[in-house]
Amino acid sequence: MLFFTRWKAAAILLTALAVCLFAVPNFFPERMVKNWPSWAQRHIVLGLDLQGGSHLLLQVDAATVRKDQLLSINEDVLRVLRTARIPFTGRAIRGNAVEVHITRDTDIDNALGKLRELSQPVGGFAGTTGQRTIDVAQNGGVITLTPTDAAITERVHQAVDQSIQIIERRVNEIGLVEPTIQREGIDRILVQVPGLQDPSHLKELIGKTAKLDFRMVDLSMTPEQAAQAHPSDSEILDGEKGEKYLIEKRVLVSGADLVDAQPGFDQRTNEPIVSFRFNSSGARKFAEATQANVGKPFAIVLDNKVISAPRINEPILGGSGQISGSFTVQSANDLAILLRAGALPAPLTIIEERTVGPGLGQDSINAGEHAAYAGAALVIIFMFVTYGLFGLFANIAVAINVAMIFGVLSLLSATLTLPGIAGIVLTVGIAVDSNVLIYERIREEVRHGRSAINAIDAGFTRALATILDSNITTFIAAAVLFYIGTGPVRGFAVTLGIGIITTLFTAFTLTRLIVAYWVRLWRPKVVPI
Amino acid sequence: MRLLRIVPDDTKFDFMRFRRISFPISALLSIAAIALYFFHGLNFGIDFVGGTLMEVQTKAGPADLSKMRATIGGLQLGDFQLQQFGAPDDVLIRISEQPGGDEAQQVAVQKVRAALGDEVDYRRVEVVGPSVSNELLAYGTIGLMLAILAILIYLWFRFEWQFALGAMIANVHDLVLTVGFMSLTHIDFDLTSIAALLTILGYSLNDTVVIYDRIREMLRRYKRMPMPDLLNASVNATLSRSIVTHVTVAMSLLALLLFGGQAIHSFTATMMFGVVLVGTYTSVFIASPILIYLGVGSGRMGGPEEPEAPALAPSQTPAPASRSTPGPRARARR
Repeated sequence: MLFFTRWKAAAILLTALAVCLFAVPNFFPERMVKNWPSWAQRHIVLGLDLQGGSHLLLQVDAATVRKDQLLSINEDVLRVLRTARIPFTGRAIRGNAVEVHITRDTDIDNALGKLRELSQPVGGFAGTTGQRTIDVAQNGGVITLTPTDAAITERVHQAVDQSIQIIERRVNEIGLVEPTIQREGIDRILVQVPGLQDPSHLKELIGKTAKLDFRMVDLSMTPEQAAQAHPSDSEILDGEKGEKYLIEKRVLVSGADLVDAQPGFDQRTNEPIVSFRFNSSGARKFAEATQANVGKPFAIVLDNKVISAPRINEPILGGSGQISGSFTVQSANDLAILLRAGALPAPLTIIEERTVGPGLGQDSINAGEHAAYAGAALVIIFMFVTYGLFGLFANIAVAINVAMIFGVLSLLSATLTLPGIAGIVLTVGIAVDSNVLIYERIREEVRHGRSAINAIDAGFTRALATILDSNITTFIAAAVLFYIGTGPVRGFAVTLGIGIITTLFTAFTLTRLIVAYWVRLWRPKVVPI
Repeated sequence: MRLLRIVPDDTKFDFMRFRRISFPISALLSIAAIALYFFHGLNFGIDFVGGTLMEVQTKAGPADLSKMRATIGGLQLGDFQLQQFGAPDDVLIRISEQPGGDEAQQVAVQKVRAALGDEVDYRRVEVVGPSVSNELLAYGTIGLMLAILAILIYLWFRFEWQFALGAMIANVHDLVLTVGFMSLTHIDFDLTSIAALLTILGYSLNDTVVIYDRIREMLRRYKRMPMPDLLNASVNATLSRSIVTHVTVAMSLLALLLFGGQAIHSFTATMMFGVVLVGTYTSVFIASPILIYLGVGSGRMGGPEEPEAPALAPSQTPAPASRSTPGPRARARR
C-alpha cells in the first residue's frame, strides 16, 4: 500500500496539479482572462442567487396550440372537399376533433381517401415513430379528424423553439446582459437574466403574444346590437380604454407581413407613435384594402385589443404607415420591439419567478466565504490537535481536495449557488472523515501490536475499503438529487458529487503518497498518532 | 506533543444492552414524529404550495411591521405573513397562492410592489405557480423514494440483505425524526429541505456503512463470538472515528449556522439535528443492534452472559455460524 513507482507518483501529482490549475482563471478579473487561450478560460459561473438576477420559467399554452391546429385542420377539410367537389354539410370543431358530414353516401370513400392525405407522419420526413398527425375515423356519413397527441406534442415542441427565438430577439432589443434562454422539458422555457433587479419590464415584453392584425370595423350595427345578434363574421373587441368595437373577423393584413417598426413622434401632435413598413405582399394587400374602403374606419388589433381605429382618408399605397394610440414613449418603444421581433405562436404564462437583488447576492457570497473560512479554521485546528503531523497531512490533502473541486467546477463551467457552497463545506467534512478513518485504523493496528510501517500499511488497506463503501452511498444520494433537483438544489448535488469523487481521489492517492514519502524519509519506529 | 484523544483507547461500552431501551424510545419518538406530521403539519414553503415570497429591506431605519402589515392587508390578497428576517430592516413577506392559476400570482406581486413602492429594496422575489408547486412536491417525494431504493439495492449487493434492511430501517427512522423536528420547530419545508433530508440520508448511511463494514469484518474473523459481543466490539472499535468525524461535521455545520446567513439557516439547522444528533445515535443504538433482530448471526451460540468462545479447532466450527457470515460472493470481492 505504501509503495509507489516513480511514474505513478508523478502521474498522481500531475493530475492533482492540473485539476487545481483549472481553478486559476476564477481568481483573475475577466478582462485579463479574455486574452488567455480558450481552453484556459473556463471558469465557475455564479448562480443567480449569488450574483443577483431574474429567473423566469414560462410555459407555452398547449390549449392554444391545440386550438390553432384544429382551426387549420378545419380550413384544410374545407379546401380539400371543395377542390374534390364533394358536397358536405355540418363542418365544425367539436371538442378535440373536426367533424364533417358527407352529403352523398357514394362520395364517402373518395372523401375518406382525400382527407386521409392530410395526415402526415409526425416529425415530417425525419419522423421514424410511425405515428401520424391526424386520426381519421368514419361513422356512417360523418368523418371525424382528430389530431393525435404525438402531433400536438410536436407542435408544442415547435412552438417552444419559435418562442425561444422570438424571446431572444425581444430581450436582446432591451439590451440585457447575457440572458440565457433555453428549453425546459417539453413545453417550458427558462429565461435567466443576471443582474436584473426588477423583471417587470422583461415580464411585460415576454408576456405579450404581439399578434397584430389590421381589420375593418363592422359598421352594420353597433356593438350593443351585436351583443344581442351575435354576427358570425364579426366580433366585439375592447379598446385601450375599455370602449367596445365591433370588428370584422377577416384579417386585411397581419403582423407577419411587417418588415420594420420604429418608435417616433407624430409631427403635428408630437405624440409618441410607432411607424411601420410592410413587405411587398403586405403593401399590396394594404393598398387594395385601403383603396376599397376610403372613408371607413379600420382597426389595428394587438392581442385581441383595439389599439386604434382610424378613418381611411386616402388609399395608403406606399406600404408604410403609423400607429397612434394612447402611447407613452416607453410603450411605443415596446410595441416597436414586439412588432420587429414577431408574434409568439402561442401565449406564454410565467409559472415560476425567482429574483434576487444584487445586495442579497453579495451578502450571500460574503456569508458563504465567512462560513467556509470559519469551518476550515475549526477543522484544521481540530485535526492538528487530534492527529499532530498526520493531521497536518490531512489538512494538506483536504486543501488540495477543495482546490480540485474548484478546478472541476471550472472545467465544467458549472454554476455555483449558495447551496453549492454548503455542499463544498460538507465535502470538507467528508474529506476529513476519510482521513479520520485511515488514522483511526492505523491507531488500532498499532494497538494490536503491529510495527509502525506495518500498521500504516494495514490501516490504509482496511480503511480504504470502508471509505469506498461509505462514499458510494453518499454519491448515490447526490446523483439522485442531481437528477430530480432543479436550480439551487442541483447546485448542491453537483458540488457534493464532485466533492465525493475528489475525496476518493485524494484519499486513495494523495494522502497515501504523502504518508509513503514521509515513511521513506523518516523510517519511523513509532507512529506519531 | 500530546495529541487529543476524545475517546480513550480500547473502550468496552456495552452498547447492545441499551437496545431494550433504545428501541422503545425510538419507536415512541417515531410515532410522535408521525403524529406531529399529521396533526401539527409541516410549514410548507411556496415551492410546494405555490404563492409568493418577497424579502424586502427598508431603506430608512428598522422596518415598521405593523404599518407594512396594514399596507399589504389592504390589498386583499388573502392569507399573508410578515416576519423579521435576520436584521431589523429585513422583512420576509409570504403571500399564499392566489386563486386563478399561474397568471394570478404575478398580479399579486405587482400589487405588493406598487403598494410598498420605493420605500424598500427588493432583495428577493420568488413566485411559484400552482403547476410548478405540484410538480416540485411530486419530484421531491419521488426523489427521496428513489434515493432510498437505489441505496437499498447497492447495500444489498455489497452486504447481506439483513444489512441493507437494517440500514434502511435505521435511516428511514432518521428521516422520520427529522421531519418531526421540522414540524415541531416550524422550519420552512421547501426544496432545500428535501436536499437536507437527502444529505442526512447520505450521511447517516455513510456512518452506518462504516460500522457495518467493521461488523462484516468481525463476522469473518471471529466465527464463534456471540452476536451482541461482536456488535459491541465493532461499535467500540469505530467509536473514536464516529466521534471525531461527527465533531468535524458539527464544526462545519456550526460555521454555516453562524456565518452562512439566513438563506441556508433552516438547511443547516435541519442538518445539525439530522446528522449530528440523530445520525450518531442511530448508527450506534439502532443500526447495529437491529442486526440481532434481523437474525444476523442467529446461529451463533450463547448470549452476552456466556464467556467469550475459546479458540476452537477449525473442524469444530459449527456449520450454522458460517451461514450468517457473508457468503462467498462478498468474500471474493476482497
